[in-house]
Amino acid sequence: MVRGPKRERTAERMLEIEDLNVWFGSGRDRVDAVKGATFSVAQGQSFGLVGESGSGKSTILRAITGLAPDWSGRISVAGAALNKRRARRFFKTVQMVFQDPYASLHPRHSVDQVLGETLYLHGFRDIDACVSKLLDDVGLGQKFRFRYPHQLSGGQRQRVAIARALAPEPDLLLLDEPTSALDVSVQAEILNLLSDLRAARLLTYVMVSHDLSVVGHMCDRLAVMNGGQIVEIMEVAALRAMKASHPYSQHLLAASV
Amino acid sequence: MMADLLDIENLWVRFPTRQGIFDAVRGISFSLGRERLGIVGESGSGKSMTGRAILRLIRPPGIAEADHIRLDGTNLLDLSEKAMRDVRGERISMVMQDPKFSLNPVMTIGDQIVEAYRLHSKASKAKAKAKSLEMLGAVSIRDPERVMRAYPHEMSGGMGQRIMIAMMLIPNPQILIADEPTSALDVSVQRQVLDIMDKLVTVRGMGLIFISHDLNLVADFCDRVLIMYAGRIVEVCDADRLHEARHPYTQGLLNSLPRLSEPRDRLEVLRRDPAWSEAPSVSGRLSAC
Repeated sequence: MVRGPKRERTAERMLEIEDLNVWFGSGRDRVDAVKGATFSVAQGQSFGLVGESGSGKSTILRAITGLAPDWSGRISVAGAALNKRRARRFFKTVQMVFQDPYASLHPRHSVDQVLGETLYLHGFRDIDACVSKLLDDVGLGQKFRFRYPHQLSGGQRQRVAIARALAPEPDLLLLDEPTSALDVSVQAEILNLLSDLRAARLLTYVMVSHDLSVVGHMCDRLAVMNGGQIVEIMEVAALRAMKASHPYSQHLLAASV
Repeated sequence: MMADLLDIENLWVRFPTRQGIFDAVRGISFSLGRERLGIVGESGSGKSMTGRAILRLIRPPGIAEADHIRLDGTNLLDLSEKAMRDVRGERISMVMQDPKFSLNPVMTIGDQIVEAYRLHSKASKAKAKAKSLEMLGAVSIRDPERVMRAYPHEMSGGMGQRIMIAMMLIPNPQILIADEPTSALDVSVQRQVLDIMDKLVTVRGMGLIFISHDLNLVADFCDRVLIMYAGRIVEVCDADRLHEARHPYTQGLLNSLPRLSEPRDRLEVLRRDPAWSEAPSVSGRLSAC
């Protein structure tokens, strides 16, 4: 067990972000979406990013996955710093669930194709068994296997999107407003599912939401963003006690109650 | 009590399908005064269809039927399609759910707002542009000059929705139907958008139908709330007393919300009772309250 201590050390910090800047466009239309963001998430923790639209919270997730190409700073996942190009191994560690389950699933691929293709691309060969296990894990069951997205409700689609993200057996799941397109009663089901999966698979979550009560329910720590900058990082206990120190977070808390 | 702006009697919305006729809205009656009326329910409960049926926007093969939909004494169901076009936008305006689908992707934001404004008034281009900039400012868009030049895909969801609201409010309608106008927005912006709509109701005496699935928001913002389930109104109550609601469906919805003040390991999941959809619709008339 020579590698023991080293593995443990790298496992402590699942995600580290240092002085991250992300921008879009150039010239007079250049927008600096994220400015000097720094935070880290420990293995098994659930971290929330809150702020108003355009504050850059989703952009951070997009920069991590490589969907926002113009960035500078340091991002490291499970101890390995990221380059401009993401290695194949990266996508086995990090997966993302998008906001809108109506847009993130291919309309002409059945659930079986969506999950099967993902599994195939990640080198799995016992695809049939894996697909049925994934469907069971997200509480859908076998009868949904050959349905198309238009035959599913919003909550069921989001379950498929979660199953697809879980397919490569990632350690870090990036959740971009996973329930904002859903009804409150369905939101409760999806949030319960996400909590169960985190416990069962020892996942680390980074969750973007504009709903403070959802972040309060799901996360251990959170960062408040405004205008591309992280203005405050706090514990959820402080959030519950309404003890925010930065004036912007106080304003956000007051607005959400 | 104030006079009703809008009165709806026995509204049905039906869609013929291969499996038979599907009733999206099943015989609801309600009225709207100069107030903020909230309609809440899950997706599929028929709340959006109610909003669209008022403007006769149900597309064939869908059928909207009612004994009457009366706006200031005129039955909207008797109007010709041409006359109806004058009602839409100028007298009753609607803000749709998703700005991604309601903005034209190949026109700049500025051109779209100016076009919408000039359809309803004979203003010059320069005046329309000035008015557009002013309305974008009024819905708290920080850099209106840049936004006017931008295309919808360059906007975030929240910005898109504020642009839609700006566009709808320029003709100064009597009734605004807002279909989930703030569900894509975050709390601080939500508050600003609600304040803008609130001002319109109190200052201009506009009537507002606020369709939402967010119970807390409706309880906070509206005067009266209709709770819909499976195409019927199951409960009507004053918004500030929503938390004392008696119907198990309303209570179930309230309990499924996560709360900052009461941490829980698991959220309650709604258990549906088939009897809820069988019970007759409750009247949403002002006088019935």
